[in-house]
Amino acid sequence: MDLLTFFMLAVPLVLFAAVVILHPSPVYSAMSLVVVMSFLALYFFFLDAHMLGWFQIIVYAGSIMVLFLFVIMLLNLQNDPQEHQQPSLRTASRIGGAVLIAELVFLFSRSSSSEKAAAELPEGFGTVVALSEKLFTDFLIPFEITSILLLIAAVGAVVLAKR
Amino acid sequence: MAPISYHLILSGILFTIGVMGVLLRRNTIIIFMAIELMLNAVNLSFVALARHLGSMDGQLIVLFVMAVAAAEAAVGLAIILMVFRNKETINADELKLMRW
Amino acid sequence: MEHAHATAQALSLSLSVSYLRYIPLFPLLGVLFNIFLGHRLGRKAVNIVSPGMVFLSFLVSLHAFWNLPEGGRLVDTMWLWISSGTLHVDFALQVDQLSAMMILVVTGVGFLIHVYSTGYMAHDHDVARYFAYLNLFTASMLLLVLGENLLLLFVGWEGVGLCSYLLIGFWYTDDEKASAGKKAFIVNRVGDAGFLLGLFLLFWTLGESNVWTLSFSTIQQHIAAVPAEVATVICLLLFVGAAGKSAQIPLYVWLPDAMAGPTPVSALIHAATMVTAGIYMIARLNFLYALSPTALSVVATVGAATAFFAATIGLVQTDIKKVLAYSTVSQLGYMFLALGVGAYTAGVFHLMTHAFFKALLFLGAGSVIHGMSDEQDITKMGGLKSKMPVTFWTFFIACLAIAGVPGLSGFFSKDLILEEAYASPLGSPMLWLVGTIGAGMTAFYMFRLLFVTFFGENRASHEVQHHIHESPASMTVPLAILAVLSIVGGYFPLLHFLSPLFGEHHEPHVAPLIKYLPTVVGLGGIALAYVMYVLNPAIADNMARGLSAFHKLLFNKYYIDEIYDAVIVRPIVGMSNWLWKVWDAIVIDGTVNGAAHTMEANGSLLRLWQNGNVQNYALSFLIGAMAILGYYLW
Repeated sequence: MDLLTFFMLAVPLVLFAAVVILHPSPVYSAMSLVVVMSFLALYFFFLDAHMLGWFQIIVYAGSIMVLFLFVIMLLNLQNDPQEHQQPSLRTASRIGGAVLIAELVFLFSRSSSSEKAAAELPEGFGTVVALSEKLFTDFLIPFEITSILLLIAAVGAVVLAKR
Repeated sequence: MAPISYHLILSGILFTIGVMGVLLRRNTIIIFMAIELMLNAVNLSFVALARHLGSMDGQLIVLFVMAVAAAEAAVGLAIILMVFRNKETINADELKLMRW
Repeated sequence: MEHAHATAQALSLSLSVSYLRYIPLFPLLGVLFNIFLGHRLGRKAVNIVSPGMVFLSFLVSLHAFWNLPEGGRLVDTMWLWISSGTLHVDFALQVDQLSAMMILVVTGVGFLIHVYSTGYMAHDHDVARYFAYLNLFTASMLLLVLGENLLLLFVGWEGVGLCSYLLIGFWYTDDEKASAGKKAFIVNRVGDAGFLLGLFLLFWTLGESNVWTLSFSTIQQHIAAVPAEVATVICLLLFVGAAGKSAQIPLYVWLPDAMAGPTPVSALIHAATMVTAGIYMIARLNFLYALSPTALSVVATVGAATAFFAATIGLVQTDIKKVLAYSTVSQLGYMFLALGVGAYTAGVFHLMTHAFFKALLFLGAGSVIHGMSDEQDITKMGGLKSKMPVTFWTFFIACLAIAGVPGLSGFFSKDLILEEAYASPLGSPMLWLVGTIGAGMTAFYMFRLLFVTFFGENRASHEVQHHIHESPASMTVPLAILAVLSIVGGYFPLLHFLSPLFGEHHEPHVAPLIKYLPTVVGLGGIALAYVMYVLNPAIADNMARGLSAFHKLLFNKYYIDEIYDAVIVRPIVGMSNWLWKVWDAIVIDGTVNGAAHTMEANGSLLRLWQNGNVQNYALSFLIGAMAILGYYLW
């Protein structure tokens, strides 16, 4: 991914992410999140994660966000004019956030100094074949466990929502 | 070529935005979305590192994170529904059961 | 091992056997049986097993006695008990002449008392517990006299202390009886403290010359390493222990109160077990006491004083068991007198004869109490001679024996003690005189007891009179056996038998006056009692009235209990109260509660942070995570 592409993707990502947490309307937040997800999918394509990019669109931007919107609709949430955190917590959070971003940037830029050149990509990196080969050999047991987790989550959600 | 640190810093920025969302908003659904944002930020760094190291392992982890996120979203949103039904609110600062 | 072997050879012939362990083991099995099966299997099984176990150990004791090598001893080393550096303590039992005599008395008399108890406790519902205690008592005493080292002796020593507490307070629902048990235990503790200190000092003194041991034979071998003045301190400390167990001045106060227990228990405490422990211990450590004439003279003086002092109290008591209790204290005084003048043989001889006739007296008293529907006051008895003939005649024999009437067992031993008190190099005419007066008083109060109880008119209520009956065979047969022993006990060749331990006995040479006066005084005491309580009972009342102040003093036992109460008990109680109410309740509790209150105050401050807002918690989480990340980035 060249620098131009990076910034063309990174800037909208950050902007829409900011909209997600700043916009008073939950619907706008959700829609912004869908945009973030889509940009991330693009981002994945450029990072040679083709399969994951499609998953990102289907699972996140598709099903999960639809779930969010559905719940927002169910609860019929309006813009809350009093949607403000208590001042002390707000201040403290802002300071905390500033320190966090400072720390992370410091950490990552420091690690870049000892950066090695990117490794050679093997044939078919990020394709369905490569992904599923790993998934059904080395990661078979986590994969099966994940399927059980999903089943439990589905049952749990039904039970919770029915009560 | 964008160096790996660029990807990682972008991931850190998105993660911090998610954290701020969790801390600054009172609406639990927004908080939930912020958490999804944090997860995605981490996913981003996984994918970038997988690309950088030429290994598929990072991508597989992202796959599992997605599965867990889907499960979490299903259960979490069900819980939010239940809370709203019982308390008539989903504002985090009005749900103060976790106190002495 | 080589060392131990050399020790044994140096001392005398020492045979290794493995059956001595059964002597204390049988009664211990009885304890287990009574505890775990007694209630389930019922009274009959208990009545058979408990005396049976003691009888079995009596048989083993007899076996040991017959196989005792001439001048030697039997040793049963079971296992290495304590091994610490150069100190090795074996769990070992030994039977020498002294122990042989003791185990025969303990198991023999103990067995008779067990048999008697089956009759006496026939109406008590808690008979299994009673026999469990009684068996444990016997086992402890056997361990005490069989122990090959001081540590094992101490185990038995504490065991009998515990059992006396349990048995005296057997009827624990009665407050007075429960506190009598506590009194016995606490007074014994005072003595035990002295005993322990003496034991430590002896151990340490020997240790300074690199002899780390607790075994009697090794101690005896190295006794020369103990300096004379240290020996005096050790002996006096050990004597404090002996005075506690064997009820000497000033620690005798528990024994009269110990009457609160069932009467067979009193018999066991007074005759076979417990009170003989002190005598046994000093006789066992005679080689140590030989180093210190000072300590011996203290023993003799305390013994003589106790013999006299207790006899005066015995003169006026009206409780049948109290009279016997003070007579025991007095007789134990004679034993200590004998030990103190170096006549160990005489002391141990008296221990044995006393065991016979005192057991008989107590069992007889128990029979009387049983027949009189639990009445103990002799002023309410009288005329029982015809109604309880077996009890009367056996009691009569015991009185003759304790009074020192020629031909009976008490005569031989008591006379020997008094002669030794006069003639021994450590003795003095004063000791003899005190002892002789005491002998006269003994004869007097014993026959006073006999006459008031068995002669004259019965002074009990009609209800009680109607129920007076002779006791069952389980009670009278032991009485008869003990009566025979009280008569013939004096003819046992004990003096010669014990010679390997205490040296060959030589008949002391004393003037005929000295030799026969105690007997005459004793007979005089009997005659006086006959005159005062049978021929003309008014004399006794007149005397009591004429000397009312003195009578009152004696009747109230010199107010010793009251004095102890005021001088020792009250200050301790007061101090304990202070410690409880001020030190404990205010200072210690205050500190502890104060710490708790401080924590609570801090906690309620910190609690404000925990306000239930999840996002607050999340912020704390973020701060923590950042702190950790920051630490690693630093």
